[in-house]
This record gives sequence, structure tokens and C-alpha cells, in this order.
Amino acid sequence: MTVTERQQLSYIAAQAADARVNLEIETEGMTLNIGPQHPATHGTLRIVAKLDGEQVVAAEPVMGYMHRGYEKLAEVRTYPQVTTLINRIDWLGSFANEVPFILAAERLMEVEAPPRAQWIRTILFELSRIANITLFLGDMAVQVGAITPVFFAFRDREHVLNQIEAATGGRFHPNFDRIGGLKDDLPAGWIAETRQAMRKIRNFCDEIEELVEGNEIFQARTRGIGVIPPDVGLSYGLTGANIRASGVDWDVRRDSPCGLVHNQVDWKVWTHPDGDSFARFWVRMQETREATKIVDQLLDGIPSGPIMAKVPVIIKVPAGEAYVETENPLGVMGYYVVSKGDLFPFRVKIRSASFSNVSITPWLLRGVYVPDIITILGSLYFILGDIDR
Amino acid sequence: MSRLSSTDAVEAGAEAAEADAPAVDVEAEALLARLGDALGDDLVESHTDQGAVWVRVERDAWADLAGFLRDEEGFGFFNFLSAIDWMPSPFGRDMDSSVDNALDPPEPKEPDPTETGVAGGDTRFQLLARVNDVTSGRSIIAKADLPADDLRAPSWVEVYPGADWHEREAWEMFGIDFDGHPGLRHIYLPGEFEGHPLRKDYPLLARRVKPWPGLVDVELMPTTDDGGDATEGAEP
Repeated sequence: MTVTERQQLSYIAAQAADARVNLEIETEGMTLNIGPQHPATHGTLRIVAKLDGEQVVAAEPVMGYMHRGYEKLAEVRTYPQVTTLINRIDWLGSFANEVPFILAAERLMEVEAPPRAQWIRTILFELSRIANITLFLGDMAVQVGAITPVFFAFRDREHVLNQIEAATGGRFHPNFDRIGGLKDDLPAGWIAETRQAMRKIRNFCDEIEELVEGNEIFQARTRGIGVIPPDVGLSYGLTGANIRASGVDWDVRRDSPCGLVHNQVDWKVWTHPDGDSFARFWVRMQETREATKIVDQLLDGIPSGPIMAKVPVIIKVPAGEAYVETENPLGVMGYYVVSKGDLFPFRVKIRSASFSNVSITPWLLRGVYVPDIITILGSLYFILGDIDR
Repeated sequence: MSRLSSTDAVEAGAEAAEADAPAVDVEAEALLARLGDALGDDLVESHTDQGAVWVRVERDAWADLAGFLRDEEGFGFFNFLSAIDWMPSPFGRDMDSSVDNALDPPEPKEPDPTETGVAGGDTRFQLLARVNDVTSGRSIIAKADLPADDLRAPSWVEVYPGADWHEREAWEMFGIDFDGHPGLRHIYLPGEFEGHPLRKDYPLLARRVKPWPGLVDVELMPTTDDGGDATEGAEP
């Protein structure tokens, strides 16, 4: 079918008329509601974005859909009971939530876990990091439209979860850490199996690197998107891989170790100078590899000895205040515990990583394009239980 | 210092840590001296323990403290901001009672005398915040007393923008107003929510509306018409 000259002219006229209309009618800004149910939100976070065309003018996260009031609930529970609650804060790396609280209680009681317990604690701490970040590595690809890597992530995370389950009895909520040590010793054959799992995770990292990191579409969608300067990130309280991706060489595991034995092994803190979505992905990838190396080295040197220090059966924590923070999978997590010498804490302030990490979004999302909202949120990597507590 | 741990290795490690402690304290004392020069009488009290530093300042110097720590001392990292209600709960723990609180709510009892913690305090409500210097690894915990009849404090948002959400949370949970905050509105709770849940005199309603799951709750055995036990004689 040939296009006549007359048809061509009428098409051009129609285009010109459209352009004229667009000029004459100044479009109103529009409000776009993202969530509460969106795969990029790991739970139920809602973002209300005011748009001008394709650009975000202002974005306001709305949360509280999962607020459970753990700070209030902790005030009516005994210290051992609190760990059951705080397991549910960051549900992908539950064991890591228990550690800083137990360490804070131990500091108040002036108890120290025996070396064997400290080492196994550190191993489980790093295993929960791997289980947590593995899912991120697959999930980040979903945010840019690649579906396959997330299935690989679920497949390979299972190896780590199986090891956590074999040692603690729980895949997601181990509730294994005790004041003065751990609930149980490791089962037979666990060390060899964990080594195998770490090998599989390293293979998974290589696989993701080939599939995602070098991918042209992935790079185009993440490079130079959502850049966070280091001083802005620090003033918003960003921690973990988010701030290390902005070139801040700070890791609580190395710089202020408390109760965990990371300083006994040889490992490296990875940083990236760019501060964009790609850098955050890249730093987490290196961190996962580094964590497998930490676990491998720790498995070599687990000391023998008891698994529990001598602690009273009924735990009364002496009056005082202690703040302990650790480098959790999502960033720095800390507990400010106020005790009045009772069976239960007087006040527990939970400093969760995601709450501060997400607080930068109103600043960060200003001026970005709509599709980039998703990659930025994905790369900040938060878990709603960790925001809402 | 008495440690309950039995292993010698841990004892040795603890002693080594204690030997290192004075070096940290010198640094902390120097920081406190500089803070004292900058704030004068507004620095009320301070406390150091195992490398951690607490300071308590007058409420009016709350924002000055943040500005000094960030600009002069390099504490660029905002860690958290919250508050403490030092009033002992009039409800106790609601769990120690042998009766079901849902059916038989206990009377609120007379509160115990209020005691405050590290670095002292004179009022029921206290602000609590922590900032870090990530290059040198230093950190400081700041407190400020708030008079009960005038719960307001200067906002930190100008100095640390990350304080925005933390102050909204403190406003919602404790009812503390922050002067200069761009918009104090609910962050977790629905907009029509009344009360400030983290105050000690706010009852934990979950304990009132249903029986506490830890409570021993024995269901009565079914009885026969003549009052005897229906399961009598049955094999266990």
C-alpha cells in the first residue's frame, strides 16, 4: 500500500495540531501512588510521588503498615523472651538481629561468652548476611526486568538456610543466641557441609556477575542513577553497603568490634567511589564473597570448650545503660538497653538500619525519572520489618 | 570487675581490654573538656564507661550541641534520636499476675519513685541521641532533660537532615514537640490515633483485650450430670 502525498500531509497536520495543544494546555502535576504492595518494597511500603511529566518533583514514603511496636512489647518481656520478637525485625537475616541485643545484655551483666560460642556466633552471623544479601543480588535484577537471576538466588540461598536450620532448628527465626553463649553446639558433619555451601555461594556470585553485572541494560539502568554523596549519606544515617558504595570506608565489624571475632580472620572492607545504584549492587556482591571467606576461615579455627558461660537460670540484668551495635546485613543495627535491675528491660531503643537508610529517599528521589524510582529503592535494599519494627 | 565466665582465655582478653581502656578515656576527657569550653554551663553532666561517652546538656543547648559536634568535632554520622520516659510503669508488667488481665483488669498501682540512669536526670522525659565520627571511630550519646509541662526541644533537622524521621517518631511515641521541624506528623500510627504509646502510663492494650498466651490456662474437664468426672475410669 502506498502512502499518498495527501495522506502524508494530513498526518503532518495532525502532529502539528497535537504539538500546539500540548503547548497551549499546561499539564498539571500528577500524583503517582507506588505500593503498598510492590516487589521493590520487600513488604508494604507506599511511596507517594508527585510527578511533572516523567520526573519526580517530591516523593514521600508512607510506612507503618507493619508497625508492631517491639519497643513497647520488649518492656513487658524477660530478656530471653525479647529475642523471639527481634528475630522478626529483619526476617531475612534473623540471627544477626539477636546478636547486638544479647551483647548489650551481656555487657550490662558483665558476662562474656566462651570463645567457642563467640566463633560459632560469628559464623552464624555471617551466614545470615549471606542468606540475606544473596536474595538481594537476584532481586536487584528483577527491578530492571530480568526475571531469571532471582530463581538462582532462591535456589542457592537454600544451601545457606539448610545450614542455619541444621545448626539452630529454624530456617528464618533461629532464636538461638543466649545471654552467655548459644543454645546448642554444632551438629556432626556441619562444618564440611557449610564449606560446601560456601563454595556454592561463590559459584552463585560468579554466575550473577556474568548474568547481571556485565549486562548492558543493567548498567544503563543503574550507572549514575541515585548518586549519594558521602557527607549527605552520613548526615542521613546511611550505613552498611549503602554508605560504603559512596566511598566511606567504615565497617563496624572492623572498626569497633564488640563480642564477635571478625578481627581474628583476614578479610577486606569493600568500597566503591561512585555512590550510584550500581555501586551499591557491586559492594554487596563483593561483601557476599568476603563473607564466604570469613566463614571458611572461621570454620578452620573454631576453638574447643564450653558453649555457655556460667549464667544464672533466672536472668536479672543489673541496672545500667548499654548501647551495642553490629554490622548487620542491611547496615548498622544497635540496641540501647536501659535496665533497672529487673527481669525485663526498662526501655529498649532499636536502631534499625533500614529506617535510616530509607529516610534519604525524599532527598534522593527528587528529580529522578519514574522507572528509576524502582531501581533506586531496590538498590537501597531495605526490609519493611526493619523499618517499621 | 567480676566476670562470670569460667575460661582463662576470656579473662586474659578482658584484662587486655581493660589495660587499653585508659588510652580511650584520655581522648574522651579531652573531648569533654572541649565540649565544656564550647557549651559552658549548658553541659550539665557527663559520664564515660568502656569507651562510651554520655553527655547531658540543657534543653536550650540541644541544637548548639549538634552543631558543635558536627562542625567542630567532625561527628558527621547521625546514628539515632529517641527519648526515654523514666516514670516507672503504673501497670507493672501485666504478666506477673496470676489472673487473666482481659477478664479482670488490675487497678493501676502507685508508681515507684523515678530513677534516672547514666549521666543523671531531673525530669520524667529525656531526649536521647547518638552521633558518630566514622573516620576516627568516636561516638557520643547525648541526653537532655525536658520539663513535663513543656515537652519541646530544638530540632536537629537543620544540622542532621536524618533527624527528620526520628523526631517524627519521638513526637508520635512520646508527644515531644520539636521547634523548627518541617512537618511533625504521624509516621507509623494512623492519623487519628490518640495518645503516645511509648509513654509508661499508656497501657499495653494487647494485654487487655485477650489473655496473655503465656498464662497457664487449664480448661475444666467435662462433667457428668451427677457432678462426677466424665473421664473417670477412662484409659489415660
